[in-house]
Amino acid sequence: MHQLAGNKVIAKLFTGAAFLLCFLVIAGGVRAQTELLNVSYDPTRELYRELNAAFIAEWNAANPKKISGIRQSHGGSGSQARAVIDGLNADVVTLALAGDIDAIAQRTTKLPKDWQTRLPHNASPYTSTIVFLVRKGNPKGVKDWSDLVKPGIEVITPNPKTSGGARWNYLAAWAYAEKAFNKDEAKVRDYISKLLSNVPVLDTAARGATTTFTQRGIGDVFLSWENEAFLALAEFGADKFEIIVPSISILAEPPVAVVDGNVDAKGTRAEAEAYLRFLYTPRAQAIIAKNHYRPREPQHADPKDVAKFPKATLVTIDEVFGGWAKAQPTHFGDGGTFDQLYKPGR
Amino acid sequence: MSDASLAADALPVGRPTGHRTVARGESAVVRVVLIGVGLGFLALFLALPLAIVFLEAFARGWGAYRAGIADPDSLSAIQLTLLVAAITIPINVVVGIAGAWAVAKHEFRGKSVLVSLIDLPFSVSPVIAGLVYVLLFGAQGYLGPFLKSQGLQIIFALPGIVLATLFVTFPFIARELIPHMQALGNADEEAALTLGASPWRTFLMVTLPNIKWSLLYGVLLCNARAMGEFGAVAVVSGKIRGLTTTMPLHVEILYNEYMSVAAFAVASLLALLALVTLAAKTFLEWRYADEIVATRRH
Repeated sequence: MHQLAGNKVIAKLFTGAAFLLCFLVIAGGVRAQTELLNVSYDPTRELYRELNAAFIAEWNAANPKKISGIRQSHGGSGSQARAVIDGLNADVVTLALAGDIDAIAQRTTKLPKDWQTRLPHNASPYTSTIVFLVRKGNPKGVKDWSDLVKPGIEVITPNPKTSGGARWNYLAAWAYAEKAFNKDEAKVRDYISKLLSNVPVLDTAARGATTTFTQRGIGDVFLSWENEAFLALAEFGADKFEIIVPSISILAEPPVAVVDGNVDAKGTRAEAEAYLRFLYTPRAQAIIAKNHYRPREPQHADPKDVAKFPKATLVTIDEVFGGWAKAQPTHFGDGGTFDQLYKPGR
Repeated sequence: MSDASLAADALPVGRPTGHRTVARGESAVVRVVLIGVGLGFLALFLALPLAIVFLEAFARGWGAYRAGIADPDSLSAIQLTLLVAAITIPINVVVGIAGAWAVAKHEFRGKSVLVSLIDLPFSVSPVIAGLVYVLLFGAQGYLGPFLKSQGLQIIFALPGIVLATLFVTFPFIARELIPHMQALGNADEEAALTLGASPWRTFLMVTLPNIKWSLLYGVLLCNARAMGEFGAVAVVSGKIRGLTTTMPLHVEILYNEYMSVAAFAVASLLALLALVTLAAKTFLEWRYADEIVATRRH
């Protein structure tokens, strides 16, 4: 008797599982409308949530072929580029730096090499920079880059190999050191090496590093995207952290591009191109400023949003490093300066 | 607190009333300390984190909890997780039984190789498992150009997630079945075959009923891992919100977006799954205790 009852229980379990499977397969197959996939870097989650809603409303009001949604994928800029190279079906990439989109253009045939000339402002609809986020009252008295190499200061930055923000951090520090030590390369290397030895943990992406600093309470100073620092202030309250603007920093230009190979295969070119052009419209520029990124055309943004951006001395990657095509292999390639100077576990 | 009550229970036994203490070779103090350490460890590293998951999930009340789960992206993560489990488990059941059957009931050359292969996923890091599939099926991978010409997307889509999950969950059922089948021996099957039953009928009427309890345990374990796997799935998922994020990935995404209530709400579902699995196992053991003893022959 018991034997039979046990058999029945198992038979029922498997029948139930089979029904569930059928239901899920059917439910999963139902959605098939025009959908875009935006593969982006880590801190833009909140920005694109707002931009996507605005763009879809605008597009669907004007076009008979509706867009049902824009899917988002976020992660370290370098790892996201890698995923697109490995076949992640992105309609558009919106990454942290041109070098990562260059990598897609070099390793696949999905993107022409001159992608950055196809949209205004180096294909970057907004800019940002690198600032210091410190704990309220600045207990360690961090004022500038020179303070980061003092003994006992813990610096939080993600891993430049995977994170775009971390590469901007690294280059901003390098630019400071070149200026401070009058281009004496040995001293610059010594400075960077000391700075890296003050980094207790390298997260793979910007948001993970933000969490390390803000929620896990590790570190004295966090080298952060300006937008990410403002967001942390907004999330946790201005009574917990403050932003320090260093004497010199870098002008970060996070670029966007349509992935030609993918949109042509999916038939979404018109939508994808309109989506990126939308980022330059007054409406999008206002949303961009509201989300703490520096708009290219500040006249369209709320003056209050623009006023919060501190004046800073910003150098560009082109003038100091000769562009990403040169900076990427020199500093972050296999055996580059980062590999030479970073010695974990000290 | 529990230490005190333990001490009260343990002490009378531990007193020198006879030779039991001597025979066990340990004093009451040692036992109390050992049990106390064990319970303390369980409380600190299992009960407390579990409680925190639910506390955080309900930190802003039932409404926020429901909103966190009812979000379309969360729902689609739940649906994807269930779908992945519903595909992986039947496959693992069939392959696991076949593998265990071959290993336990037959002698053949290369058997030890097969056993090592079955164990392989246990010893390989899930991240490697994921990367292997990217290298194989990715656009730059060995089969990438062929798959592209056929219009098939494996990596960064459901098939890739299923493959990665299959890889990490494969050993659970076979590993549960092999020792049991070996302990059972071939006598029942030989009797059935001698009495004229076909091999297929012997399998259905003799072998399967004998192993059903270990099979069910294997399925429960396999299910828990299939739904909870993070590393291997993270590599092949592409992290497209609402499309290729399973529940564990979605928990991380939500947490990183400062939506801790929603993150823990989804996490609490995963924790509930673990509790339900445990409850189902306990219930079955209790309900069919005599039968389990009979087939297990402990």
